[in-house]
Amino acid sequence: MTTATTTETATRAPSVGTARTRVEGVEKVTGAARYAGEIPFAGLAHGWLVLSTVARGRISALDTDAVLAMPGVLAVLDHRNAPRLNTDFPSMLGMRPDATCAVFQHDRVPHLGWPVALVVAETSEQAREAAESLVVHYEPEPHDTDFTSGRPDAYPLDGFMPAVTEKGDIDAELAASAVVVDAEYTTPEEHHNPMEPHAATAHWDDGRLEVVDSNQGATWVVGDLANLFSLDPAAVRVRSEHVGGGFGSKGVRAHQVAAVMAARELGRPVRVVMTRRQMFTLAGHRSPTVQRIRLGADADGRLRALEHRALSHTSTVYEFVEPSAGVARVMYDADAHRTENRVVRLDVPSPTFMRAPGEAPGSFALESALDELAVECGLDPVELRLRNDAVRGPVSGLPFAGRRLADCFREGARRFGWAGRDPRPGVRRDGRWLLGTGTAAASFPAGAAPSTATVTAHPDGDFTVRIAAADIGTGARTALTLVSADALGVAPERVRVRIGDSAFGPAMIAGGSMGTRSWSWAVKAAAEELRERLALGADVPAEGITVRSDTTAAIGALAAAERHSFGAQFAEVAVDVTTGEVRVRRMLGIFAAGRIVNPLTARNQLLGGMIWAISMALHEEALRDRASGGLVGADLAGYHVATHADVPRIEADWIEDPDPDDPVGIKGIGEIGIVGAVAAVANAVWHATGTRHRRLPISPDRVLAAGAPDA
Amino acid sequence: MASSTSSVITLHINGEKFTLPVDHRTTLLDALRERLTLTGTKKGCDQGQCGACTVLLDGRRAVACLQLAVAAEGREVTTIEGLAEGDRLHPVQQAFLELDGYQCGYCTPGQICSAIGVLREHAEGRPSAVTDDIRPEAGPPPLTAEEIRERMSGNLCRCGAYVAIVEAVTRAAADGATESEEAVA
Repeated sequence: MTTATTTETATRAPSVGTARTRVEGVEKVTGAARYAGEIPFAGLAHGWLVLSTVARGRISALDTDAVLAMPGVLAVLDHRNAPRLNTDFPSMLGMRPDATCAVFQHDRVPHLGWPVALVVAETSEQAREAAESLVVHYEPEPHDTDFTSGRPDAYPLDGFMPAVTEKGDIDAELAASAVVVDAEYTTPEEHHNPMEPHAATAHWDDGRLEVVDSNQGATWVVGDLANLFSLDPAAVRVRSEHVGGGFGSKGVRAHQVAAVMAARELGRPVRVVMTRRQMFTLAGHRSPTVQRIRLGADADGRLRALEHRALSHTSTVYEFVEPSAGVARVMYDADAHRTENRVVRLDVPSPTFMRAPGEAPGSFALESALDELAVECGLDPVELRLRNDAVRGPVSGLPFAGRRLADCFREGARRFGWAGRDPRPGVRRDGRWLLGTGTAAASFPAGAAPSTATVTAHPDGDFTVRIAAADIGTGARTALTLVSADALGVAPERVRVRIGDSAFGPAMIAGGSMGTRSWSWAVKAAAEELRERLALGADVPAEGITVRSDTTAAIGALAAAERHSFGAQFAEVAVDVTTGEVRVRRMLGIFAAGRIVNPLTARNQLLGGMIWAISMALHEEALRDRASGGLVGADLAGYHVATHADVPRIEADWIEDPDPDDPVGIKGIGEIGIVGAVAAVANAVWHATGTRHRRLPISPDRVLAAGAPDA
Repeated sequence: MASSTSSVITLHINGEKFTLPVDHRTTLLDALRERLTLTGTKKGCDQGQCGACTVLLDGRRAVACLQLAVAAEGREVTTIEGLAEGDRLHPVQQAFLELDGYQCGYCTPGQICSAIGVLREHAEGRPSAVTDDIRPEAGPPPLTAEEIRERMSGNLCRCGAYVAIVEAVTRAAADGATESEEAVA
């Protein structure tokens, strides 16, 4: 068997880079793929969360007796009877856990929609009725959910990057500039809304905890649950085979913790599923932002001053910063350069990572401001960006490990038909529509995090790869199959990749556009070592030969560099200023984003990011009611995401850009699709109408309020 | 088992009969998922806003979350599990698979059932909001990408696989999915 393996490799063409349908595709199109809330358990009980109806205050009483007497009700958990949790530990991503997941620990209510109780019953109908019948008494206190730029209580917050970077004298350079842009941009609160609501089933068996969950990282969830409940991590197992989208929202949340508590209390499996409406307060969100950009340039467009200051909100129980100003630290240099991320604590649910955290809102502001600068300088927006293409990290001074931004612009401009564009706004008509085109640059960090994997050779010549990866729709399972096949020198059909199980050992989450790269690194290392062993002619016993890898040392040895993906975004829009309607007619994104493992799924994922950009530019806005402190219309009818009819035939493509320091050449493509694309749409709306929309979304009411072009 | 709050009902699903007692509050969606282990039909919002629970009721699209199980008695329910013939996928399923008409897969069963409904509605000459000539004698409009997008807009895909979904529905239509759908219904 092993001999056959080695002989085969000599002639085999690589699988990485070839278009492959998803290995779990048949399961997904036939409905056979089971998601977290769908795995059967004998004796399953159903939990339903009860959320607060005040935005701040204390719980004074819960009328649980009446609810316990209702048919089928098994238990009510609240702060009076829930077990105490440990929340003093660093979570996998280096931060403390969001206190929102530490349910039922005290009587304080820090925001509307805070979990105050879990009702458990024999059926979901009984649990729901009982939960909705539970009367909770509050001592309400005045709340403050007012997010405005002038907040005196805002403060700088580091998060994953320093809050403030500064070089040179901004005011002096602005004073010396021939052209200055000084503008404020705002983006609203936005919600992930993966199609699969968060769901978890917890089951205790002889002191061991098993949770079937929908998450972006089994390692992350198993670690947090073990810490929260003060358990030996070896006694906890988290499985998450199919995940119906995450976008940053699927870490440890109230529902898993509540399910674990209830399962221990009742001694039987308990499932807790968030409702769509509950997700709007329990699943995290992207903070609204207010961003002030000041640009100063010479007449030829060369930047002398760049200042990007961003404000976001966080809750009173958790510090999370949306680092919108971070994108300026990568994109453009200037003699004076200043960036700052600040937060203000409000009585709102905790925000969290949401697809391209920082870069998505930050690039809207920065790339809109660049467009304004191009107009002021009388320069083509592509040319302005080429003139300011950074050679080294503007803040770090480090070299870029690949920066093909200019090539992306040249290729994109050629394919989009950018040459000869009339820069004048508000002059192109197609019937009732005003037409315009816009462009913007994109970047997103390319990182890798330590992971472990095992690869097993079986006597029949097949291989099994095990890694605690998560496929949240990225196609990771398929990508890892291709990477493994090449490393082993066999056809992908002979490799079975198993993911989504904490028992497979620690691995990076599906997040930060780092999943596939981090997992591929580990899988390739194990597969190559196994291949070497087999090449020595080892006999494969019945139990197989297994090799384990750990990439901690290799990733730790990476030289410091500015490591990013880049891209150029183009959009054409049609605007009807008499109805306020904005339609995207076409979009093109060209990316330099590392080696593309599977072109079929990569194109889909990049397009998905660009569709998020359409959605963010034109539709998404969670409106917070100042009086109640809650959202207005917190569901998919009130919170609009792009539908089929909003999305034309858009295109995504890439240029060769293998990462020089990654074993497979991967950089990561999960998030860069959204970056810059929002600004490309907004800049196209300016080109169509002559109105600069600095406030998202560019909804019909705002287009109407702006009126018709002066011409 | 019948009482003021529950009844024994018989559902016809994918050509099979299922007799079961249900709480009157039980939706068709929960009956499928929680009682009959037909979990291919997905619950995305449970209030008729996302389309993930789309099934075919007597051959027409319906969201199973807004349908009580007791009201589905006597109707032919087709779910995602009832589309393939053994290992042979329905042409719409095959097109979704080959053209990557999904990402996370959670909206996929609803998208596929909806697409089958769309192809049938189109074949019957039903117009949509973007159909130019809506006179009955005009017949089915050309099944353009714009027509497909309009008709599929009740099915949200948050991953943003819309481009590939429309390509898949277009290919399935060209491959004659309508005829085989009639065999299913």
